[in-house]
Amino acid sequence: MAIWFARSRNLVSSLRQNLGLSAILIKRNYTSPRPVFTNYQLSSRVFLNPFTSFRHESTAVETQPDLVQQSDHEDDAQELDFPGGKVGYTSEMKFIPESSSRRIPCYRVLNEHGSIIPNSDHVPVSEKLAVRMYEQMATLQVMDHIFYEAQRQGRISFYLTSVGEEAINIASAAALSPEDVVLPQYREPGVLLWRGFTLEEFANQCFGNKADYGKGRQMPIHYGSNQHNYFTVSSPIATQLPQAAGVGYALKMEKKNACAVTFIGDGGTSEGDFHAGLNFAAVMEAPVVFICRNNGWAISTHISEQFRSDGIVVKGQAYGIRSIRVDGNDALAVYSAVRSAREMAVTEQRPVLIEMMTYRVGHHSTSDDSTKYREADEIQYWKMSRNPVNRFKKWVEDNGWWSEEDESKLRSSTRKQLLQAIQAAEKWEKQPLTELFNDVYDVKTKNLEEQEHGLKELVEKQPQDYPPGFHI
Amino acid sequence: MAARIHVGAGAATALSTFNSKKLVAPPSRTNLPARSSKRYIVAAAGSDGSKKSLLRVRHSQKLIANAAVATKAETSATTGTGHELLLFEALQEGLEEEMDRDPHVCVMGEDVGHYGGSYKVTKGLADKFGDLRVLDTPICENAFTGMGIGAAMTGLRPVIEGMNMGFLLLAFNQISNNCGMLHYTSGGQFTIPVVIRGPGGVGRQLGAEHSQRLESYFQSIPGIQMVACSTPYNAKGLMKAAIRSENPVILFEHVLLYNLKEKIPDEEYICNLEEAEMVRPGEHITILTYSRMRYHVMQAAKTLVNKGYDPEVIDIRSLKPFDLHTIGNSVKKTHRVLIVEECMRTGGIGASLTAAINENFHDYLDAPVMCLSSQDVPTPYAGTLEEWTVVQPAQIVTAVEQLCQ
Repeated sequence: MAIWFARSRNLVSSLRQNLGLSAILIKRNYTSPRPVFTNYQLSSRVFLNPFTSFRHESTAVETQPDLVQQSDHEDDAQELDFPGGKVGYTSEMKFIPESSSRRIPCYRVLNEHGSIIPNSDHVPVSEKLAVRMYEQMATLQVMDHIFYEAQRQGRISFYLTSVGEEAINIASAAALSPEDVVLPQYREPGVLLWRGFTLEEFANQCFGNKADYGKGRQMPIHYGSNQHNYFTVSSPIATQLPQAAGVGYALKMEKKNACAVTFIGDGGTSEGDFHAGLNFAAVMEAPVVFICRNNGWAISTHISEQFRSDGIVVKGQAYGIRSIRVDGNDALAVYSAVRSAREMAVTEQRPVLIEMMTYRVGHHSTSDDSTKYREADEIQYWKMSRNPVNRFKKWVEDNGWWSEEDESKLRSSTRKQLLQAIQAAEKWEKQPLTELFNDVYDVKTKNLEEQEHGLKELVEKQPQDYPPGFHI
Repeated sequence: MAARIHVGAGAATALSTFNSKKLVAPPSRTNLPARSSKRYIVAAAGSDGSKKSLLRVRHSQKLIANAAVATKAETSATTGTGHELLLFEALQEGLEEEMDRDPHVCVMGEDVGHYGGSYKVTKGLADKFGDLRVLDTPICENAFTGMGIGAAMTGLRPVIEGMNMGFLLLAFNQISNNCGMLHYTSGGQFTIPVVIRGPGGVGRQLGAEHSQRLESYFQSIPGIQMVACSTPYNAKGLMKAAIRSENPVILFEHVLLYNLKEKIPDEEYICNLEEAEMVRPGEHITILTYSRMRYHVMQAAKTLVNKGYDPEVIDIRSLKPFDLHTIGNSVKKTHRVLIVEECMRTGGIGASLTAAINENFHDYLDAPVMCLSSQDVPTPYAGTLEEWTVVQPAQIVTAVEQLCQ
């Protein structure tokens, strides 16, 4: 690391003037024309001015995993006053490297074989809770499978699975209280399932029938239920993040013992709303838990093409938000982390960011064929060897709380219930025409009344042009 | 213009306006001779019961509902002494009264707290209600609009201030996809009673980005309501009504109108969100306008009266939905319509209003609807250029003379 820089300010400033490069910081070894770089610096991106050989460099490979350079200069003892507080100064020009030499480790409790790692921090889980968690994870798997098949059979138009993310879905829901308001992205039906949404209710929404709480207005998987404190899924990505800050703000104003919990994928963190939501929650000191499901893929965009940071967890500190990285396929780790985060959010009135590392085993949705952009082997590996449901099952079974008999009973009864729910939802009549015009406003406006009237007349006049069973 | 008159169904009763049958694709259009008799319909002002039923006043009984009364604009209080204030103070008064009345009402936006807001509409509120209830936000319109929506879905009633309406373009995603839609897509489970407000319109040499007419862009979004205030009286009334509404309401204020002075009643009142305001009743021509252009129209009206014309001036106030009842009654009386707006010619409020009038009141028009708007150019900075982009009273006078030939 033999970079010498000109200590003489005069020399530097005269150089700057000469070269008109006042904006570019110059470091040069004046004893020899060619500076010596280490491999680390060579591998980092450099900007080469074609007219001179001056380069932008980052210096000082830091050895510690800290992102922020610890200055080792005595100047540090003196501080400068700036808006925002005092800050020490240093005469050593050091750039914070673009990445740490070591990635932030993820928190895990269960190993791959389903045994608790000795001396791990975790919140104990009772038998009752563990069994319920496992049952729900298995139910979610069956539900995803059956609805996916239903879409393939043409019975519903669209579906989106959460395969591979069952632990995130169920364990995080289990760690929350029912008053916590959930703002989902779209791959978290397990949270709703945990809170008591029935398979029939899921089916009704997917079929958009008369019993759907959304009254047939949204496409499948856009569940929403105010009684379960689960905000209706909205398709645009990341819009729920600033809204979560707003929910946190409302809960803070009303001094409720509850927090907002919102989910986002790795891709969604590229949206401006991610920055906005986290920044606002931090400034407002709002009780919000941001859970990022880093599953490696945003449709066909791999995370290496999504961002250049070490995942999402490192972004938390940029907003002044406490963060943690968790093995998202480990149900116990997810449970402990979310539980602790929730407590922190509510008692300390602050946002918390949790990055859950996982893998999206399924396709993005029924409109996607992921084998087109990733290896089938990769998918298979994660499906079989890194399966979160199997891992948790092993632990539950090893404790003697679950048997193969219980397994087959659960799966077959869930499957049967689902098939019945689908059949019933399919047959259930659809919304009448009036529902097209309701709920745009609290009370229908004149123009909407006219439009409804006009449409009614049209349908009555020419019923043969409309599907049978289409009621007004 | 060809007299393509739609076969009107039977006798329209005195107070009914547009016939809903007009909306159905008519089986045939026949050419009829021009109507022989002029139908004369009183623009029913005041607390006329039947008029109210069409407008569906939703708000509570203890308030004096503001009817479209002509005299209201000139003198304020018909009762009591009243007090004089500026428009921005009227907005602040309305906001403060609502915040006193309902603890769920809160304010969020840039510099709304201790700074009191860029146009001082939220002055003093942070001191009175605290930092949390009058929230200073970081600069991200999409974020604080989204935040307001989330808070509204959780039970609060946020008033979101955009420092300038133009900046709300950054919040378009949240306003359109969530604010307007979530009540509908959630099947009515979640309501979003937000008020989004801020100054817009062409100011004095503020440059293109600060001179926008967002009402054009927002008017298509289903699920929102839009109103524009123009006097201290209606500013306070509309602010209060907007806050009490269960629907998301966008309240358009105008940069140049904040210092208008007027005497307003001491007692509490609200203005109906869907109602237009009769500024000056007349016989010869209906001039429809809103916000700042109202004042240009009234100035032109003075000249017109001197020249012997009798214009009827209506401040439409409700930009979405239009108050076609008041407008219709006026058209049926005068048969001539001039729309004066600040929006661009293409896709502005005037364009939609022209379409609505043609569709509903085609029978009653003796001349094509004329619309005076700004040109389809970004608003320039230079004073002279800027003046040419805004409709001036002289143009209005010329247009009226032309229409009334």
